[in-house]
Amino acid sequence: MFGWEFPPHILGGLGTASYGLTRGMAEQEDLELTFVIPKPHGDEDQSFLKIMGACHIPVVWKENSWEHVNHRIGQFMHPDEYFWLRNGIKYDYTRIYTDELGCINFSGRYPDNLIEEISNYEAVASVLAHQVQFDIIHSHDWLTYPAGVFAKHISGKPLVIHVHATDFDRSRGKVNPTVYSIEKRGMDVADHIITVSDLTRRTVIEKYHQDSRKVTTVHNAVEPLPDADAFTKSNRKDKVVTFLGRITMQKGPEYFVEAAHRVLQKTDGVRFVMAGSGDMMNDMIELVAKRGIADRFHFTGFLKGRQVHEMLAESDVYIMPSVSEPFGISPLEAMQVGTPTIISKQSGCAEILTHAIKTDYWDIDAMSDAIYGIVKYPAMYNSLRNLGKEEVNNIKWYDAGLKVRAIYDGVLGH
Amino acid sequence: MKNICFYFQIHQPLRLKKYRFFQIGQDHYYYDDFHTEEKIRVLAEQSYLPANRIIADMIRSSNGKFKCAFSISGVALEQLEQYAPDVIDSFRELMKTGSIEFLTEPYGHSLASVFDADEFEMQVNMHADKIENLFGKRPTTLRNTELIYSDEIGETIAKMGFKTVLIEEAKHVMGWKSPNFVYSHAYLNKLKLLVRNNKLSEDIFMRFSSPSWEDYPLTAEKFIGWIASAPSEEKIFNIWMGYESLGVVQRPESGIFDFMKAIPYHAMEHQIGFALPGEIAKKNEATGSLLVTFPTSWWGHEKDLSPWNGNDLQYEALEKLYNISVRVRMCNDKPLLRDWLMLQTSDHFRYMSHKEAYGSHYESPYEAFVNYMNVLADFLDRVHAQYPSSIENEELNELLKTITHQEKEIATLEGEVKKLKARKIKTSDK
Repeated sequence: MFGWEFPPHILGGLGTASYGLTRGMAEQEDLELTFVIPKPHGDEDQSFLKIMGACHIPVVWKENSWEHVNHRIGQFMHPDEYFWLRNGIKYDYTRIYTDELGCINFSGRYPDNLIEEISNYEAVASVLAHQVQFDIIHSHDWLTYPAGVFAKHISGKPLVIHVHATDFDRSRGKVNPTVYSIEKRGMDVADHIITVSDLTRRTVIEKYHQDSRKVTTVHNAVEPLPDADAFTKSNRKDKVVTFLGRITMQKGPEYFVEAAHRVLQKTDGVRFVMAGSGDMMNDMIELVAKRGIADRFHFTGFLKGRQVHEMLAESDVYIMPSVSEPFGISPLEAMQVGTPTIISKQSGCAEILTHAIKTDYWDIDAMSDAIYGIVKYPAMYNSLRNLGKEEVNNIKWYDAGLKVRAIYDGVLGH
Repeated sequence: MKNICFYFQIHQPLRLKKYRFFQIGQDHYYYDDFHTEEKIRVLAEQSYLPANRIIADMIRSSNGKFKCAFSISGVALEQLEQYAPDVIDSFRELMKTGSIEFLTEPYGHSLASVFDADEFEMQVNMHADKIENLFGKRPTTLRNTELIYSDEIGETIAKMGFKTVLIEEAKHVMGWKSPNFVYSHAYLNKLKLLVRNNKLSEDIFMRFSSPSWEDYPLTAEKFIGWIASAPSEEKIFNIWMGYESLGVVQRPESGIFDFMKAIPYHAMEHQIGFALPGEIAKKNEATGSLLVTFPTSWWGHEKDLSPWNGNDLQYEALEKLYNISVRVRMCNDKPLLRDWLMLQTSDHFRYMSHKEAYGSHYESPYEAFVNYMNVLADFLDRVHAQYPSSIENEELNELLKTITHQEKEIATLEGEVKKLKARKIKTSDK
């Protein structure tokens, strides 16, 4: 598998989904997984799969002593493996800047020269495809499609690509042509395409002109939270309604502010929290001030790890008014700690959730009405809390893994 | 002789409009007239009117031997009067044949029998008055909303003077007993119970046009054949369903109307007659009594109250609603009292069900709940505005009594004062 992120060092939902899916698939005993990421940190959980760092795989032949290799990358990879992989170098990549081991220095993030990093990742894939034995190639999101495509051409093994998002979701329709062409090529070459929701599936079929028989939806799941009950709510007089995520155009933060304004006109005893950061944060602060609700509307900045669950557990309502969300895992996390959720119908997770309120992202009236309902009517809160928790605990990565497996079996002709 | 007892139900709720929380206190009109009218017109044109024509036909061609009963909720009657008066006229015509009976039921199609016996009695009387006004005859047989029945409800009904009640064939009540007999209340022998024959009823309204059913296609001959071949001591076959089964649930092209039309002929061929619920109870003695500890209904798999009162949302809505009932009955504000009836309609609560929200126009039970509760919040505010809520109900009742009796009492007291004065004058004269 080619991926871009893997916990604990993650920047978005992609890492969480990659971890969950591989963990769920590892429960199948006849399946062995190798997960390639640009830059591992050494503290990844490798108990159920093997992690390889693209930054430790040589693409240019360099002579080095065993001791030196051991000293440099010994904590990530055995030096013997380094020398063995070196035999897979079949092309001349001296044009790429490499270190003294012949390895490329990846940032592993989303830098400005992302396109360059993607093509460097492709070079690494060629070495792996020549040297490593495998049955199937699985590429997660557009950053790794070129790597998957190249590996397929070299090895002749089937390629499955996993669409966690498309550029149509990220840009509200204003697609970047470079990104689109990378995505389209990946989809064209793939033997099968996995999408995280029917919403994304439709985008892939309609906007990328793919054969619908080749596209299958495998909904994401959520990792069980063993200490879900440890997150408790402190005693507060006011109810808390929370938006949590990147404050960007895609997530629809302005609709949340407008809904808050509606609710506050009618009732007090409710506070609104916008957690996260993003390029629209300052605009939102301004909008809140303009609507005159700043005394009841709070910004927390970026939250991570346990803070996320703590914030969710402290909330009485979690709201995700995304304009376009391929899946959206955070409502499921909110439900795990027993927080009622409101999600936009334009979110993939709406397809599998029953005990969550669904509204159109632009329907501020419906959204504020739902907030009011949960805050004012205890039965509403309790039903969503209890039934939602029960529902989300039954959405398992293992089941998603089985669906992926069925797709593998299909492309392998079993 | 075996008898078939047909009874058809007509009910449509007054649909609530989308009512947002910011309308609370501002907007006191709760109904979506456009959709209500559209729905009732469609039902009238596709079901009620053509079905009435068929029934008139059947009565005529069988020389009045064919009989059937109807129950139309008060809510539906109002809608028919307003939007489809032709249906009312058509029922008046049917009534003239003497072959149909109107049953009575709680006016608002409410669950009052379960939550508020006084309200139940009031609504039944209100409905009986309405039927008498419209069709000239006061009903004597009662069918409760959704055939809800329990021993306790039966007792209330018996006290109101009704002799016959229609109930559902719920497996956990009937056990091995056949529905094709007349039964009586658990301990009040005078109250007779007629039990719906589940299978035969569902054969028509659920399975009639289903090709995957083993008995498809169903003909009148086959259907009557089943009844004819039942043991001879089974006398009554109660086939009850929503009237929209004819023409809407089962479309005309399925042949449902022709099926109905052919029934009297085949029945007469087998010496099977037709009877009205009122007559059956008069002519037949009860074979045994039925013990119904918990309420049963004709909805869902469990045949209980869970479609309306099965989850937290429904508990809360019903509790908030019926908590105010005593206070509402003290009011005499007409629009308020009408809203009170309309808000009790059972459909509002069924839409909040996670499993039985059949026919709901809401996207989810939660949406149904929030919309209803917003309306209810406004309604409760209006009730509280009538009399200060700081006064207890009993105290208020006394005060109201005092006010209404004031005139009378002043008159009687004045009379007494006069008498006393006169006596005093007399005594002083002496």
